[in-house]
Amino acid sequence: MKRHLISAADLTRDDAVLILDTAEEMARLADRPIKKLPTLRGRTIVNLFFEDSTRTRISFEAAAKRLSADVISFSAKGSSVSKGESLKDTALTLEAMGADAVVIRHHDSGAPHRLATSGWIGGSVVNAGDGTHEHPTQALLDAFTMRRHLGQGTGSDLAGRRVTIVGDILHSRVARSNVHLLSALGADVTLVAPPTLVPIGVGHWPCEVSYDLDSVLAKSDAVMMLRVQRERMNAAFFPTEREYARRYGLDGERMARMPEHAIVMHPGPMNRGMEITADVADSPRCTAVEQVTNGVSIRMAVFYLLLGGAEPAVSEPAAPALTRTEESS
Amino acid sequence: MSKILIRGAKVLDGEPQDVLIDGETITEVGAALSATGARVIEADGQILLPGLVDLHTHLREPGREDSETVLTGTRAAAVGGYTSVHAMANTFPVADTAGVVEQVWRLGRESGYCDVQPVGAVTVGLEGKKLAELGAMHDSAAGVKVFSDDGKCVDDAVIMRRALEYVKAFDGLIAQHAQEPRLTEGAQMNEGIVSAELGLGGWPAVAEESIISRDVLLAAHVGSRVHICHLSTAGSVEIVRWAKSKGWNVTAEVTPHHLLLTDELVRSYNPVYKVNPPLRTEADVMALREALADGTIDCVATDHAPHPHEDKDCEWGAAAMGMVGLETALSVVQHTMVETGLLDWAQVADRMSFRPARIGRLTGQGRPVSAGEPANLTLVDSAYRGQVDPAGFASRSRNTPYQGRELPGRVTHTFLRGRATVVDGKLA
Repeated sequence: MKRHLISAADLTRDDAVLILDTAEEMARLADRPIKKLPTLRGRTIVNLFFEDSTRTRISFEAAAKRLSADVISFSAKGSSVSKGESLKDTALTLEAMGADAVVIRHHDSGAPHRLATSGWIGGSVVNAGDGTHEHPTQALLDAFTMRRHLGQGTGSDLAGRRVTIVGDILHSRVARSNVHLLSALGADVTLVAPPTLVPIGVGHWPCEVSYDLDSVLAKSDAVMMLRVQRERMNAAFFPTEREYARRYGLDGERMARMPEHAIVMHPGPMNRGMEITADVADSPRCTAVEQVTNGVSIRMAVFYLLLGGAEPAVSEPAAPALTRTEESS
Repeated sequence: MSKILIRGAKVLDGEPQDVLIDGETITEVGAALSATGARVIEADGQILLPGLVDLHTHLREPGREDSETVLTGTRAAAVGGYTSVHAMANTFPVADTAGVVEQVWRLGRESGYCDVQPVGAVTVGLEGKKLAELGAMHDSAAGVKVFSDDGKCVDDAVIMRRALEYVKAFDGLIAQHAQEPRLTEGAQMNEGIVSAELGLGGWPAVAEESIISRDVLLAAHVGSRVHICHLSTAGSVEIVRWAKSKGWNVTAEVTPHHLLLTDELVRSYNPVYKVNPPLRTEADVMALREALADGTIDCVATDHAPHPHEDKDCEWGAAAMGMVGLETALSVVQHTMVETGLLDWAQVADRMSFRPARIGRLTGQGRPVSAGEPANLTLVDSAYRGQVDPAGFASRSRNTPYQGRELPGRVTHTFLRGRATVVDGKLA
């Protein structure tokens, strides 16, 4: 792996499988009475959130703490950023405080890339979602969840599995990251959305595009429903919420047309009644809650691989403290 | 003022000749002219062009003197071989009154490096709602001929029509920044394959093309002339070509950066490439080059847009749009148009001096290099090769996309009405 995790497109198949395998080891920690490893003791991880996202921030925080890192959470609201401080000056401050890694969530696409390549900061940068660009750890936890349900276990990828991603592709960083990652893992991806929510240039992405959800359900191993932001309706992306729900929402009837083994996924938070009905959201086939759990394991794996080292993540009976390497493999 | 003899210069790349300047005027052009009493400049086969004219410069004064002043901007212009620049109206306050345009004009006169023609705003405050006092700006000491809300589009069709009609009274010109505002809400780069991958808001080509279509039709309808700023798409070229084929009075410009750079560069998320209109695709670049070569696009204009370091040393979304261009324009044109065989130097003189002067209705600029003409001249060492180093720029700002890039050509001397403003590549 590289020093930073900015884009799922930067991950090779082997990188991705390594992260998923490491996350499996991390997940075993949840079964222990003390859910903590000393791996990152003495290291400082900063959660730098320019955009509200409680669940993602908490997930990264939990992951860092389970690896014994010192965690500083920095919210732009009420901070010097709201007084006009630039990303560069904020970064220089974090650098001066000795941050080993910065987890950044930003409303501007490319902000994590800029942070990682501008020389403002020496530590690792983890993209926790930038604008409408990418959200690589979300894609990793989605892939992790799929592999647990559909894959062959540790060491395997998702070759031949068919994944359908439904909804606001145009504005979705989750979809962008998933297309890259799932493609690297060998899955066949189909994007489904009204044409207004499909980006220009999507023909160059490693996936299929359909405007008809019903035509792809029967051949899907996983159907990932994306949250539709209600403000999109004001910009004429689709006529009404009702029409969207009818054409692109997943209800029990549509779910019944999916193969029996197929799962329903959602990155959350869900608009029940809009892109997904309550009975589907609460069904045992929906992995939304499990995805949240898996998110912590994935983020632990990412921290471990970026900051920890090449030793086994979890050894019996206790994990050794590891030294930092610039390029973890 | 003493005499100057430029010895052995290729006038518009013709055979080497001597050019004698006496005072503000070229007095002789010929072989083996007498150097008696004259300061001699050995041109050694360098190319002599008429002083370059820019229809589209942002000098930032008044209001943003941290980016550029009239003095620093005209110094940059002189280094780039320009003897006349049009200063855009998006200053603070906006140049929408006789007072502000006169202020800019006087600052230009005092600078002594380059003539400054203020561009007046079309609408009050560039707000697109109410016509500014176009006549008062024309009648002022600045004698404004060109009006533009550049940076913003005059998107209201009625306001645009009225502006086009109104300036006919004094042979004025409306220069349009063609950008349909609703289609470009949140736009940060060219809409296409790259914007989709990067998750950056797309600026679709049709947002430019639809406004150009409307405006050439409006100009034809009211019998006025319209100038389209910084064409950036192949479709825009086709519309201008069609309008010209109808005999309509339409002119257009292209920037050096749109002749060279593509939206692929945005993959770096480096805000130095953030510009409006955005960098487009390779196909657009090729269409623009071809259109400049065949005369569909009349001229090159820099859209020199200086910004302080902090406005670019940040994340893409927060960065200002624009790049400096006065000091590198001729090199980029040599690289993209001359060395590709699309233009010869005589045609460069046409696209960078004669035509922009004619469009701006300038009388003392963009004149032939011949006896009796004003001595506004640019001497170019076209054999020079070197890396662009913004540390040496005369502009107050350094936001160039060419840092470290090797570009050909170097302006060695610039003369403004017989006075050397640049000597051996340095400000006089």
